[in-house]
Amino acid sequence: MEGLNLDYMLGLLPVLLSYVPLTLFMAVTGMAFALILAALLAVERVVRVPVLDWFVRLFISFFRGTPLLVQLFLFYFGLPQVLGFLAGINGVTATIMGLTLHFSAYMAESIRAAILGVDRSQWEAAEAVGMTRGQMMRRIILPQAARVAAPTLVNYFIDMVKSTSLAFTLGVTELMGAAQKEAAGSFLYFEAFLVVAAIYWILVEALSFGQRRLEILLNRAHAR
Amino acid sequence: MISVAGLNKSFGGTPVLRDITLDIAPGERVVVIGPSGTGKSTLLRCLNFLDRPDSGTVRIGDLSVDAARATRPEILALRRRTGFVFQNYALFANRTARQNITEALVTVKGQTAEKANATADRILAEIGLADRGDSYPSALSGGQQQRVGIGRAMALDAELLLFDEPTSALDPEWVGEVLDLMRKLAETRQTMLVVTHEMQFAREIADRIVFMDEGRVVEEAPPDRFFDAPEDPRTRAFLRRVTDTR
Repeated sequence: MEGLNLDYMLGLLPVLLSYVPLTLFMAVTGMAFALILAALLAVERVVRVPVLDWFVRLFISFFRGTPLLVQLFLFYFGLPQVLGFLAGINGVTATIMGLTLHFSAYMAESIRAAILGVDRSQWEAAEAVGMTRGQMMRRIILPQAARVAAPTLVNYFIDMVKSTSLAFTLGVTELMGAAQKEAAGSFLYFEAFLVVAAIYWILVEALSFGQRRLEILLNRAHAR
Repeated sequence: MISVAGLNKSFGGTPVLRDITLDIAPGERVVVIGPSGTGKSTLLRCLNFLDRPDSGTVRIGDLSVDAARATRPEILALRRRTGFVFQNYALFANRTARQNITEALVTVKGQTAEKANATADRILAEIGLADRGDSYPSALSGGQQQRVGIGRAMALDAELLLFDEPTSALDPEWVGEVLDLMRKLAETRQTMLVVTHEMQFAREIADRIVFMDEGRVVEEAPPDRFFDAPEDPRTRAFLRRVTDTR
């Protein structure tokens, strides 16, 4: 086995790092939309609006039941053939859409479980002071469910950061796509993909650090 | 005036409340006592529709709600005229003591944060927790939590305060401070309906005692007559039992 070409790797690092903002942009945007959508889906699953509940269950079933890659191809290559207004969709938009829908389905289930885990007394106290269902959810139930769901949701976010690499299959030159291009030019595949792996790893470690801080923040109401 | 008429409630086919009729005058302090499982708590929970009655009407002032036809807005309106103190305190776990008091003032009553905070300051002083406003419920003792629970209900300026065995879940050492606060509140002639097992306390603060057994109101009387000369044999049997165990 020949030695690693460290000079090449060091030179490649800044090139690839310049793609980190795009990766984070896709992940953060996708996460923001996914959180909102998941919260709505979860509340619906708890309240069970007739008819709507059926659609929500179908939605969750489909987006959990099919691979993200297949969904991305459907949005990017498939849907524009059927829906004219999607003809100009770019790879980044399609990726964010796919990440949002895919992960919201998973996150909805963990938020739903967290909502159901909030003690009955909290619901009753909110009802007793005359809150509407919306106020009760926003002000009392969801904040407490968030604390329970946070570790799982951060896990999904970590997964989402890594899943942005699939954008490369839609022709987006992001972190993974750039590494692929560089490697194809230099034939130093191992070095190039090692650098890209290291970058993802460090990103995720940074997020895990953020996760611990977040949990401390969310637990402040429960610290004695 | 608060009137309850023909209230019925069953759980899974078992009747818990049978044709309850009860009037409470403004400023009146009514204590409900009776054996366990006779529907005392359910009565309170039916008054603000935490449990929905099967039939009957609940009237508070000019608002009359018929259980059979109650709409969501009517139920909300009813709840906004009552305050509820829970046996297990049920403080909002994600809110500080102060925020527990201001929460409904801001969210439900639409008050400014400033006004709500001024009310909270006053209430925190009244319940003797002026220095614990920023504490979360998990950092408070049971007695302190229940005092916040009472403060939260007081802040609403409700026409009727409902107390569902407010000292039953407390360690004995905290019962005194909660009863003291309720005595203070009773002195202001706040209209109160209290379910409790504290007989001495009931005798002190009540204008009227309501005795319930098996989902029915069996006897109603001012405390002196109720405790010293109960009429119904069931009342006498109950009072003998509770005084025997003391």
